[in-house]
Amino acid sequence: MTTVTLAGTPVEVDDEGFLQKPEQWTREMGEEMARSAGIEKLTERHWQVIDFMRKTYLDTGAAPSMRALGKTSGVAIKELYELFPKGPAKLAAKIGGIPKPRGCV
Amino acid sequence: MRRRYGAETEITVVDRDNRHVYQPDLLFVPFGLVAPDSICRPRSKQLRRGVEFRLGKVERVETEKNTVHLVGGETLPYDVLIVASGAELLPEETEGLTGPGWGATAFTYYSVEGAASLSKAMEGFEGGRLVVNIVDVPIKCPIAPLEFCFLSDWWLQKRGLRKKTEIVLATPLDGAFTKPVAARMLGELLEKKKILVEAEFATGRVDGEARKLHSWDEREIDYDLLVSIPLHGGSPFVESSNGLGDELGFIVVDPNTLQAKAAPNVFAIGDATNVPTSKAGAVAHFQAETLGENIQHFLAGEELEKSFDGHANCFIETGFSKALLLDFNYDVEPLPGKFPLPGIGPMSLLKESRLDHLGKLAFRKLYWHLLLPGRRIPLISAQLKMAGKDTSLLSSTKEGVTG
Repeated sequence: MTTVTLAGTPVEVDDEGFLQKPEQWTREMGEEMARSAGIEKLTERHWQVIDFMRKTYLDTGAAPSMRALGKTSGVAIKELYELFPKGPAKLAAKIGGIPKPRGCV
Repeated sequence: MRRRYGAETEITVVDRDNRHVYQPDLLFVPFGLVAPDSICRPRSKQLRRGVEFRLGKVERVETEKNTVHLVGGETLPYDVLIVASGAELLPEETEGLTGPGWGATAFTYYSVEGAASLSKAMEGFEGGRLVVNIVDVPIKCPIAPLEFCFLSDWWLQKRGLRKKTEIVLATPLDGAFTKPVAARMLGELLEKKKILVEAEFATGRVDGEARKLHSWDEREIDYDLLVSIPLHGGSPFVESSNGLGDELGFIVVDPNTLQAKAAPNVFAIGDATNVPTSKAGAVAHFQAETLGENIQHFLAGEELEKSFDGHANCFIETGFSKALLLDFNYDVEPLPGKFPLPGIGPMSLLKESRLDHLGKLAFRKLYWHLLLPGRRIPLISAQLKMAGKDTSLLSSTKEGVTG
């Protein structure tokens, strides 16, 4: 666990940069993390996914898997990959300031 | 329940078929080590006297009216309902998987029929690229695909085909397993056996004619023989039962009491639930203890016990008559050590041994003769025990774990 500064505020993150305390998150931090991940501008579609992930995590204590995301976020898996290349569930969770989704065992 | 309440309790088991499968042995069928018929027995014969067995397909559950509706219109009222309808294979949900080549060059061994037909294909296999693909999690027994890779390595060596075969594990996970210590150790074992891992491979579609797997992020994997672990979902009736399941059809329950969120008199067990632990048989066995206690508490109007800790315990067959054992729960990842007696074992945790292999084979008999009839296995408790585990490999986040 390390502390980094995002959008001018120190926050706790894990080894891969996922926020450990979702309550520390702001939208500006999300935008900054998106830029570091190569997404220049977060569009409305991006935010639809990010907000959905965050809400699901805060309501249920678990981030949705990519499959669940494709079924319930209103954005199909193909588009999820266009929005968040290389791994939508992980990247959207990171930008949304929630812990890394744990694959079910 | 019969032991606790005697004849005053009516217990009815409803199932759509009368074939109970010892699923851990499905792994051995493709290698000709076990005959498909030998792992199936009639469900009705496993139940004790006084428990009624009904053949029937459930259409939906109406929790507001405490009623199970069967296809055909029959209804069954209940005071307490236990949903144990398991996880289903959904190969048709992956584009192309059940198209050309399904049953010829692409198979799954997660069903009796699939394992039997893969067995024939393995018999005729002459080398090439053998790809084991987990389409997405959750799946029943998340380590079975690793075991399949290990056994393939052994089997191909035995037949003199290993040098002519590449074994590839294409997994949506970022490593061999979800938990760090076991992922590292199992990753090393895969490397030692020269099994290639294509990590974070989210399968988008299968092109059976060209024999290629395509991922959503546009990677491709060629195969000569595809062993697919298809998507899993809950039983179809769950979707038609208001509020009972999550978006994948698994019953939403309290992870510690196993009571359904939909209604206080509904409980779920095994791979039918949405709890974040292994969808394997050992878990259902450990859950059964909590479930039995909690149904009793519920009927007496008492508070439920939050006693299920996610405990899972599984043998991983690694080939060449060896296996290793994992023991973990919601909070504690699999660690090296001895099991069940601290320091003595005789089983080793997270380390290959011949005894663990014998343990896996012996478990067959224990399953039919001890577990299914509801007897306890000596020395093995429903909750995970920390004694005997080497915690020195843990990162700092696991403080506060006791046992």
